[in-house]
Amino acid sequence: MKSALRRILTESARLDVPAESLADDADLYAAGLSSLATVHLMLAVEDEFNIEIPDRMLTRRLFSSIDALAAAVTELQQAQAAA
Amino acid sequence: MNAPVQAAVLTANADHAAVAAAQIVEEVRQASAEPFWLAATRRVAQVAAQHAAAVDREARFPVEAFEAMRRERLMSAMVPAKLGGAGLTLSEIARICETLGHACSSTAMVYAMHQSQVACLVDQGNDVPWIRQTIARLIDEQWLLASATSEETIGGNMRNSACAVELTDGAFRIEKLAPTISYGAHADCILVTARRSADASPSDQVLIVAPRNCFMLEKRGGWDSLGMRGTCSEAFRLTATGRAAQILPVPFAQIADQTMLPVSHTLWAAVWIGITSDAVNRAHQFFRAQARGKPGALPPSAGRLANAVAQLRMMQARLKDALDAASVASTERVARDAREACDFDTPLGASLSLASDMNTLKLSISSAALEVVQETLMICGMAGYKNNTEYSVGRHLRDLFSAPLMISNDRIQLNTANLLLAQRTPATGRI
Repeated sequence: MKSALRRILTESARLDVPAESLADDADLYAAGLSSLATVHLMLAVEDEFNIEIPDRMLTRRLFSSIDALAAAVTELQQAQAAA
Repeated sequence: MNAPVQAAVLTANADHAAVAAAQIVEEVRQASAEPFWLAATRRVAQVAAQHAAAVDREARFPVEAFEAMRRERLMSAMVPAKLGGAGLTLSEIARICETLGHACSSTAMVYAMHQSQVACLVDQGNDVPWIRQTIARLIDEQWLLASATSEETIGGNMRNSACAVELTDGAFRIEKLAPTISYGAHADCILVTARRSADASPSDQVLIVAPRNCFMLEKRGGWDSLGMRGTCSEAFRLTATGRAAQILPVPFAQIADQTMLPVSHTLWAAVWIGITSDAVNRAHQFFRAQARGKPGALPPSAGRLANAVAQLRMMQARLKDALDAASVASTERVARDAREACDFDTPLGASLSLASDMNTLKLSISSAALEVVQETLMICGMAGYKNNTEYSVGRHLRDLFSAPLMISNDRIQLNTANLLLAQRTPATGRI
């Protein structure tokens, strides 16, 4: 999942550093993630993992690191499987 | 010029002056029934109106209007009462901007830009002792605050910076090539954006507060512009030095989203509405004078006047709606801060919809204002086209051509479309 997230970051987040060089817990805002880019990142994540991120999870924390994104995707996938 | 013509011109000028004086007396009489700040604004507007033509012609700063503004202590009007200011609401400040806009566009726009900076200090810095002291000085000395966000290699995108803060032993230095710092040469304090540090990304910005004794400006370009000539938005090399406490602790992204965007866009809209109202008033007076000359028949442009008034009323309603939205957002933010809830976990939905609402306000008012004033020109005809008649609307039109450009509407359209991508709830303001 994290390699897919790195690919998405490369394609849609327009970071200042290559996504491959980022640690899982690296601060994406510090890496140049802008608020406009988070919108594209969100849409790409929803499309890739076939999930819909609910408004309550749509916070700055969600986009803070690859770890945070992966945790959210896992949570939503599990909720979907349980439903 | 022969003598009789000269005499006739002088008489016409005297008549004109008498009518203007009577109007001013009437306005002052009405003003006495108004809140103190609106009465003060009208006194400033009289001064601004008197010098508006010279300010425009000479592209000079409206010195007289700002002397009057300081005398009336309007510079600190938006500082909350608990910090020693008059504590006016954003809607009341918008009313001031609109009233000044009737008199002199440059005065009104400089005042609007100043208040946006005041709001940033008050909203985002008042828990920092140094900033609180600065706010106290702003009140005492009636400071004029300016902003340096644009940058030569970046262009108009204020959410990116090239220059970076150099911090050593608690002291900072920055150097910025700014293509425009409006009224920079007249400012008592400039708020400057910069990258947080030399290795920070262009969007990782902070806001630095630099009072006059901390900055140096080297003028690199003038301001001989189509309109808004009194804003003196010249190009400068700005260097500033100072202590780390002058750097606001919150990221600029947050300051921009929460304060700068809603305050500046509502106040700019108020200025544009003020300019438009004055043009519509002139067209209305022209229309009445024209109709009096030919009783029983409406002039061919009559329908345009009805249209212009209808459009203007719609613009006013749109601004009121945006001011309400900004006030709700600010109340919610204060409540959230009081709960000490972490901004990191606040759902982004509300701030995205506030941003797109403020953007669409800016798009619609900036374009509608121009359309309406063009209508007033059709109504006033050659009397409107000529400068310095009581029906002239040329300056209004020239000033308003800046509206779609200051933060380009093209850029705002794209940003808004981006914001709408993220919104699942209806963007129509009603559910």
